[in-house]
Amino acid sequence: MAEQTNLSYLVDKYFYASQMPTMWCPGCGNGVVAMSMCRAIERLRLDMDKVIHVAGIGCAAVAHWYTKFTALQTAHGRALPSATGIKFANPELTVVVTMGDGDAAAIGGNHLIHACRRNIDVTAIVYNNFNYGMTGGQVGPTTPLGSFASTAPYGNAERPFDICSLAEAAGATYVARGAVYYVKDLISLIERGIRHKGFSLIDAVTPCVTVFGRRNKLGTPGEMFKAQRRFTVSVKKAKDMSPEELEGKLIRGVLVEKEVPEFTDEYEKIIAQAQGRGE
Amino acid sequence: MMSKARITLMKGNEACAEGAIAAGVRFFAGYPITPSNEIATIMAQRLPQLGGKFIQMEDEIGSLGAAIGAALTGVKAMDATSGPGFSLKMENLGLAAMVEVPLVLINVQRVGPSIGMATSPAQGDVMQARYGSHGDYGIIVVSPSSVQEMFDLTIKAVDFSEKYRVPVILLADQVVGHMRERLVMPPHEEIETAYRTEPSVTPDAYLPYRGDERGVSPMAKFGSPYRWYANSSSHGEESFQATSDYAISEKLIQRLTNKIEKNKKEITEVREEFLDDAEIVIVAYGCTARSARGAVLKAREEGIKAGFFRPIVLWPVPNEEIGQVADKAQAIIVPEMNMGQYVHPVREAACGKAEVVSLSKVGGLAISSNEILEKIREVVKSG
Repeated sequence: MAEQTNLSYLVDKYFYASQMPTMWCPGCGNGVVAMSMCRAIERLRLDMDKVIHVAGIGCAAVAHWYTKFTALQTAHGRALPSATGIKFANPELTVVVTMGDGDAAAIGGNHLIHACRRNIDVTAIVYNNFNYGMTGGQVGPTTPLGSFASTAPYGNAERPFDICSLAEAAGATYVARGAVYYVKDLISLIERGIRHKGFSLIDAVTPCVTVFGRRNKLGTPGEMFKAQRRFTVSVKKAKDMSPEELEGKLIRGVLVEKEVPEFTDEYEKIIAQAQGRGE
Repeated sequence: MMSKARITLMKGNEACAEGAIAAGVRFFAGYPITPSNEIATIMAQRLPQLGGKFIQMEDEIGSLGAAIGAALTGVKAMDATSGPGFSLKMENLGLAAMVEVPLVLINVQRVGPSIGMATSPAQGDVMQARYGSHGDYGIIVVSPSSVQEMFDLTIKAVDFSEKYRVPVILLADQVVGHMRERLVMPPHEEIETAYRTEPSVTPDAYLPYRGDERGVSPMAKFGSPYRWYANSSSHGEESFQATSDYAISEKLIQRLTNKIEKNKKEITEVREEFLDDAEIVIVAYGCTARSARGAVLKAREEGIKAGFFRPIVLWPVPNEEIGQVADKAQAIIVPEMNMGQYVHPVREAACGKAEVVSLSKVGGLAISSNEILEKIREVVKSG
């Protein structure tokens, strides 16, 4: 059977129409990321009953309000520990996590690096819009140096995290960055992340038009989508670029992909050993 | 062949771990902290032998988060902590109460505030155990006084958590956690604990937050055909957001609180001794109940009509039972290793019918029976 790409079919299958319209602002990129996740799941032909959608709190972490998967909404920053508990307790489940950049890298930063290190087979999608959108546009761990935010009225004096570099350094075995302008790539990156056996992190760059965009005079939603052509560059292109040329650019594509023993598999060996069935 | 009970000498924390295993706990997430460490150590060893899972998380917040996730998949889950770790649990404890996840959280109390004294006992978390997370909710807190009860009440805590779909706190202390005593463990097959009620309707008709007559809703396993949403935001019976529907939010908070408060009769457990003619009654719990009982026996030898009352379930408060004590007694003394915490609900339950006196001791030394006896004499004298 060919992949179903019909939009109304997908919306009906994966989203609660009764919960629409979404709370996302017109022009927000979050819906693109949410639909990319569902398209990836559709491509993988996963049993929807066995997909668990875990979320933190924020503009990103409302995607599960609309998707038809069994879901857990945790506290702010706490999605990954509960996702870990779900996957560890029942490794048959596919666990996908939706977080924002502040959710994942600030309040949940400790959980993020340890999830990377532990290499549990969970797929984390970070909706990265460079600020705290829901609370009014505060400065966050990914806000570029000098950018304006409600709590950085004179410009951000702190250097941002590159979430992908952070995940790589912490030992993540699949790290990718997508951007909503390049939606087909984003779907494939998520699909590959879910397929990957181990912890996967997908940094999905998405515009916050209402607060970050307006405060930093980044133009219309259309212009903010298109701007991703300027400030992101594919892995392939980046290879031939000098560090100076890459300054201020985010690299898109698969950044890390390696096979390393996965946590729940390793623990099965411990169970076997503890029960005297060890190798 | 009849299987026999195992009789052994054991530490309280070890008995707690054994109780959890006997009760069917097969998932444990923890983070190192004294004086609760033995529980995690034993679970790390024993759980994989039983096909269960143990994980040490990156912090105290993460470990309760992992236990919540595991419990949602249908396994009985537990976490254990102390002191500052208990403070860090409060956020996820509220999550567990809100999304109604059955699990057991052990708190082996140590001296606070802050880091305090890691290896000395206290009873300073009594109010925090009940009211520590923001907002209103119901919770069950049980208080063991012996190694045997570290075993028995852990089983009871698991049972309560599953019956009422609620996090249950076993509020132990360093004394009962670290003391060694005789423990009688019945064969596991004789130990029965509840398991959450699973939905019996079709998946389409499943309402994960519609309470039954007790206020408890059926709970489907994550990964079952019953797709549902464990929602930390205020939500209706079908689990969707109650963004600005105040009536739905109010109904939820009332149910979360009342499924415990309104079922108090089934939950309450107290121990009462020498109450028939008692004029002065000691209300004590945890390790302090041990010296309190000793003080009552000594007072009786002196001809003082002293009585003993111990709430085994601290929260919900057995106010009816305390009220009956207050009806007959002239004074109630509440010895506790804090600046006076449980004395407040006791005074409220006594409702002015008996004088309620606090005997407070802090700093890390247990209250001796002589100190309590002294207080009894003082109260008698002041008549």
